[in-house]
Amino acid sequence: MSPDRIEREITIAAPVERVWSVLTDAEHINGWFADDGAELDLRPGGALVMSWKKHGTTRARVEAVEPPRRFAYRWTAHHAEQGAEPGEGNSTLVEFTLAPEGDATRLRVVESGFAVLATTDEQRQGNYDDNVGGWKQVLEQLDAHVGRVAV
Amino acid sequence: MFGALADPTRWRVLTLLAERGEGTATTLAGELPVSRVAVVKHLAVLDRAGLVEGRRAGREVRYTVRTEQLDATARWMAGLASQWDARLAAIKRIAEGR
Repeated sequence: MSPDRIEREITIAAPVERVWSVLTDAEHINGWFADDGAELDLRPGGALVMSWKKHGTTRARVEAVEPPRRFAYRWTAHHAEQGAEPGEGNSTLVEFTLAPEGDATRLRVVESGFAVLATTDEQRQGNYDDNVGGWKQVLEQLDAHVGRVAV
Repeated sequence: MFGALADPTRWRVLTLLAERGEGTATTLAGELPVSRVAVVKHLAVLDRAGLVEGRRAGREVRYTVRTEQLDATARWMAGLASQWDARLAAIKRIAEGR
């Protein structure tokens, strides 16, 4: 009922085991996510450290490892102190689920916990001021509730 | 702003205001299972978050919804969603060996 989460998914023409390895192998993570190195201690409580040439380093903590179906971590990407340890008030939870569909895999990502972020809107805008897009979750939710909103 | 919207009653106050076009703590409390005092507090939080604005009218304050802040947040989340789309597409490329 509140704009607390982002959900996206994609179908991949590869078996779940293959997708799992791309998702959780540090070398691959440096290909699809980070661009300046990634380290992953693949166990609950383990560290995931990702670096970007332009944005520095983000620390995440692994929350769930259930091969080949579920992988989750908590990270501080949207908080002012991105190098901080993930904890209450500074992090969001990212959960990947993998579901076989014949020979293919349905990969879904849910990022949640925006409601408890202590980050201010100004900090968000500063981090993401170049973002534009057509996905208006908040307005759509509000719109769905009231039928009409002046945009 | 997310914090301001996290409370279900506060979310209801905001949607009611959007439905009605405007409202006061008294009129809103008449449509919600909470006291006028509670509505006043929720309105204050929404006001601080830039989600509503109030204009004094006699002894009451009339509130209306401000969409700028919602719009900015929607854009921000749209940006995050498209970042995820790009990452998922990259996973797909690698996994499919393309």
